Amino acid sequence: MSGVLISIVIATLVAGTPLVYAALGELVTEKSGVLNLGVEGMMLTGAIVGFITATATQSIWLGVLAAMLAGALLATLFAVIAITLVANQVAAGLALAVFGTGLSSLLGKGYTGTSLVLPPSPVAATVSQVAWVGQYLTQLHPLVYLSWLLFAAISYFLYRTKAGLVLRAVGESPASAHAIGYPVVRIRYLATMFGGAMAGVAGAYLATIYTAIWTEGMTAGRGWIALALVVFATWRPARVLLGAYLFGGVTTAQLFGQVAGIPVPPEVMSSLPFLATIIVLVLITRNRTLVRMNAPPALGQPFHANG
Amino acid sequence: MQYASPLIAVLLTAVFGLLLCVAAGRNPWAALYTFTISPVSTLYGVSELLIKAAPLILIAVGLAIGFQANVWNIGAEGQLTIGAIFSGGLALHVASDGVLLLPAMIIAGAVGGMVWAALPALLRTRFNANEILVSLMLNYVAQLWLSYLIYGPWRDPQGFNFPQSKPLVADALYPILVPGTRLNAGVLIVLVAVIVGWFVLKRTFVGFQLRVTGLAEPAARYAGFSTTRAIWIGMLAGGAAAGLAGVGEVAGPLGQLFPTASPGYGYAAIIVAFLGRLSPIGILFSGLFMSLLYLSGEAAQIELNLPSATTGLFQGALLFMLLAADLLVNYTIVVAPARRLQEKIS
Repeated sequence: MSGVLISIVIATLVAGTPLVYAALGELVTEKSGVLNLGVEGMMLTGAIVGFITATATQSIWLGVLAAMLAGALLATLFAVIAITLVANQVAAGLALAVFGTGLSSLLGKGYTGTSLVLPPSPVAATVSQVAWVGQYLTQLHPLVYLSWLLFAAISYFLYRTKAGLVLRAVGESPASAHAIGYPVVRIRYLATMFGGAMAGVAGAYLATIYTAIWTEGMTAGRGWIALALVVFATWRPARVLLGAYLFGGVTTAQLFGQVAGIPVPPEVMSSLPFLATIIVLVLITRNRTLVRMNAPPALGQPFHANG
Repeated sequence: MQYASPLIAVLLTAVFGLLLCVAAGRNPWAALYTFTISPVSTLYGVSELLIKAAPLILIAVGLAIGFQANVWNIGAEGQLTIGAIFSGGLALHVASDGVLLLPAMIIAGAVGGMVWAALPALLRTRFNANEILVSLMLNYVAQLWLSYLIYGPWRDPQGFNFPQSKPLVADALYPILVPGTRLNAGVLIVLVAVIVGWFVLKRTFVGFQLRVTGLAEPAARYAGFSTTRAIWIGMLAGGAAAGLAGVGEVAGPLGQLFPTASPGYGYAAIIVAFLGRLSPIGILFSGLFMSLLYLSGEAAQIELNLPSATTGLFQGALLFMLLAADLLVNYTIVVAPARRLQEKIS
């Protein structure tokens, strides 16, 4: 029994990890007052760039690095339109989502259906020798552990450092932050690029570790679920982590349900995460005060310094 | 002046495409001909342009009514899919034939789209749930459910195991307007929608209320215009239009149900609405342009062996260019005086 339980926990962590990266990245972006709806596009482009790089270099880590760069680059494109050219952020984000999806299928031409085979890692072989826990530790990719580190770092940065305070101030009241002399535009650029880089990691994780195969549109809406996660986590990192694993759990329940022979068609099962997102979103946001107290007040509003 | 930035955006997107062709080592002028002139150089090509423009224009007009009031319905793709399920299901499994079948399908499709749009409207107005996220999630749900129906209970037993429904009977199809082409009477619905949309937005009090709500919500509330009502009108207009577009696909070029009802028309229509400045007349032209982009995408698929999803690259680029051009057309760039002032003080 405990064997099944452990495999459920592991499957949940594995399925939740891309959401952890994408949603924590978007959280930082939104905390600076920028709403980037293009997560799905950045994730997909990160996925294919990571996949191509990992295939060419035989290294997942170089793939992740390339995916981060690709995600950050797309986020910069968004930032030029939405921050420098003060365009409507919703429209610019949608443009990025469509653009990134198209870009990923163009780049992925010739890779469709190919899978990534890498030699086993010598580090994993050593770790698995550790008594008791070793065999379980290696069932999770180091990126899963790194996502916890990322969570801790972001929590510390946002609430325990001056830079984090400034970033939140920019999302609360860009005009005040500007008046005190903080570079609102530069901070928003950096926060947006960070969000893009994390979406890239999420995509690379999906393409090189989670499935290790490239298919067009493989993120299957996870970028949008990550956006919803940030809202119903009421912009708190710990709740983002919790929410991500909740969805990892729903995905896992699907798989185990199919294995256990529950007579529900797979397509209907696959629609569960989306329905669950809607339900949780409704449960959280029906409390208007809760949302108002936690949402960055300047979220989605363009900022332009008037002299 | 209002239409300067869409034109600039279209030109810049064309330049972007040509640059990609040059980067791929192709003659840009030959490519320009292959992708823009050649697809519409025959009567059949023109009819294909109109067939693809029809759902784009129809949905974009419906969405524009909501967008005017800042109601962000991103769920047209799902609403189209549900419209296709409702109308196709009616033709396949409820009614068999007769002259009333097509009108009944049209109503069923519109109702289906409205039901799917009513969900985000209800959750937004009653529970404050973000309509962007809810309508988007429902796209995936609708798509998965259609796919379930076609792979499961609705699959044609005589279809050689292909994932498709039985073909629809002749009574369930829009009559062909021009023999030898696929151009059908569905485009007439689009023309009606453009006229109705134009009238509602520009000539009625409701349209005025929607525009005020979009431009200045506090002013609208002060004037007693209900935001809740604006959300309902905006969502239902988009849902009905998308549902009708779903009927147009099933009773038009598709003629039966497949696991996917649309090649992303619901998403592309968002861009069409913006490119047409949220005005039904403007949307008529931007819809035709977007349709040409789809045809170019198909040509590129054949000529360059590119995946069809690559069209999205150009759609996204088009919206980016439009947003960028808007700023440069509407504003004058002035070097920030603040810095000089600061230097003077210090």
